[in-house]
Amino acid sequence: MKTKKNILKSNAFQTILSSLLCILFGVIICYIVLLCINPAGANEAMTTILQNFLSASKANLRLKNFGSTLVKTAPLIMCGLSIQFCYKTGLFNIGAAGQYVVGAGISLYAALAWHLPWFVCLLLATVVGAVWGAIVGFLKAYRNVNEVISGIMLNWIGLYLVNMLTGNVKESTSPYTIPIKSESPQSLLPSLGLENLFGGNKYVGIAVPLAIIIAIVIYIIQQRTTLGYVLIATGYNKDAAKYAGMKGSKNIIITLIIGGALAGMGAGMYYLTGMEQWTTTSSSVPDMGFNGIAATFLGGLNPIGTVFAAYFIEHITLGGSKINLNVYPSQIADLMSAIIIYLCGFTLFFKYCINSYLRNKEERAARATVEVTKDDKAKEGGEGK
Amino acid sequence: MIPLIQYTLLFTSVLTLVALGGCYAEHSGVINLGLEGMMVMGAFGGALALKSFNASFASGSVPAVVVVLAAVICSMLSGMLYSCLLGVACINFKADQTLVGTALNMLATAVATIIAKTMNTIADPDNVSATISYVNAKKALLVYFGKFEFNWFMLIAVIALIIAYVVLYKTRFGLRLMACGEHPQAADSVGISVNRMRWSGVLISGMFGGLGGIVYITAGVSEWKFEYGVAGFGFLSLAVMIFGQWKPHLIAASAILFGLFRALSNVYTGFDFLKELNLPSTFYNMLPYIISLIVLAFTSMNSRAPKAEGIPYDKSAR
Repeated sequence: MKTKKNILKSNAFQTILSSLLCILFGVIICYIVLLCINPAGANEAMTTILQNFLSASKANLRLKNFGSTLVKTAPLIMCGLSIQFCYKTGLFNIGAAGQYVVGAGISLYAALAWHLPWFVCLLLATVVGAVWGAIVGFLKAYRNVNEVISGIMLNWIGLYLVNMLTGNVKESTSPYTIPIKSESPQSLLPSLGLENLFGGNKYVGIAVPLAIIIAIVIYIIQQRTTLGYVLIATGYNKDAAKYAGMKGSKNIIITLIIGGALAGMGAGMYYLTGMEQWTTTSSSVPDMGFNGIAATFLGGLNPIGTVFAAYFIEHITLGGSKINLNVYPSQIADLMSAIIIYLCGFTLFFKYCINSYLRNKEERAARATVEVTKDDKAKEGGEGK
Repeated sequence: MIPLIQYTLLFTSVLTLVALGGCYAEHSGVINLGLEGMMVMGAFGGALALKSFNASFASGSVPAVVVVLAAVICSMLSGMLYSCLLGVACINFKADQTLVGTALNMLATAVATIIAKTMNTIADPDNVSATISYVNAKKALLVYFGKFEFNWFMLIAVIALIIAYVVLYKTRFGLRLMACGEHPQAADSVGISVNRMRWSGVLISGMFGGLGGIVYITAGVSEWKFEYGVAGFGFLSLAVMIFGQWKPHLIAASAILFGLFRALSNVYTGFDFLKELNLPSTFYNMLPYIISLIVLAFTSMNSRAPKAEGIPYDKSAR
């Protein structure tokens, strides 16, 4: 009698295993691509990507680079959560990229033009992101517009609007917005002394801990509250949820408002650190929102998993920018995350393989036991005679 | 006025071709959100073909028709090849079509940029851009009627439209394809192979997506930076398809509307009354996206999408 549960059977373990498989295949394919471009430096380039900050020579620099990776992880966690939250309700929030863009625009404008304190800027980013998400929600709930298409349209509209808006607060000689530090220091996110932990990297602040706390809050909402239950039920079966008295339209809008708020806030968390200025002539939507999709699916559609996956993706993205750019294009890391997202589509298949392997094994074991008991019975019968 | 008509026709051709591609895939039951990526890959294949004719066409040793055919065939093939990734994942492995489509869009830009950069660097070690230029070969695509630049792709789009109409409504293949998007179980029960039909839908959509890609990047410019992808045009085409109610002739009509607004952003400076409005150029860039949102808001309510689209076919659900 085996009472010990096979670890392979647990859903969480299977999810982690299939995510790791996605990463493994992604790395292998990228390595092959590197080999094709230039075999001589492929090993070195791959180690650089995977090591990221660990490849720096000095301990202080390593900490500093680790800090930078974390600063970029915070907005990715938020975008990932935005997509995760919506996906659980059965909505694919590809508009997270646009919600992120408008959040970035308003937080920079509030900081540079109105000189507002950081929490007001962050709040504005959240609210504007939520409004952007709400548009998608309204169109979906009341006008039956596919959320993916309206999301993409709003991404581009948002990008051009933000370019227009930030055009008022740009440096006179460059297309970049004015650095927040010189114009309005009270708008920078406080660091709470965290910078000292990361070799004096002044961009590290409350963003990362805040993003992690929000991930935990989202987890609790989804697992332990009525709202989360209703939303997830809607995601499983819209019609059944409606039959059970849950309001479909309202749930769609609420979900996208929360999703938009998360993405918008993520943008505030990044641009209010002053690490990057907005390019007012941007002609493409920032990758952050799309990488959020990778983070969500790699994280096994779980808020806590998203945190780790987001870190991994930023880790390889920043690692990708450190390779020898004269030999290899910087898009290798993009390639790797795109392949990983693609492979995430096969997660179901991976799980199916694991389960059918287990089933086969069990059946074989069961057959063996049946035969053993038969023998025993035969023996017993023989003895009885 | 002539430039406006010319650009409208060009962008209409792009939208028609790509939307027809989407239309085939959706009628077979697969939502192809990766059209954008297929456009990028098609554009890339076509641009390479054009680039290879840059010198020989300029010197007159190759006739224009060869250049046009090469561009068309290469773009179609690369689009088709790329769509196999969608087919394998969504038809054979029953993956989430939205997720895979999105991944393909990201993958295409990365792949095209990486290959373009590598090729440029090999040709000239100082060149790390992802730009492919086809200045001379592009002239093969054009025929001048007075001031009007006729582009062969406009004709190809019309032909594709007629073929699509005939194939979808008048042939056995087309009707079977549509049956698989409406009720695959019923189609299967009368002996139609659903997977094979869906594969055909996906491959045809990749073919048209790729063709649309090369038309898009040769409209008005003679070099392309592959980092930029195709700026949401694949998704605009999906909007055109929805507005066109998944019917080829209506798709063409709605493509003209969207094409007009897209063309305005290229040529609005040529109109005095638009210039006097003094709107920033960004406004005209936004216009097609805003219009498509409004149009979708008014047309999606009664949309007649293929019933089984987006649902992986499961034989046991019969």
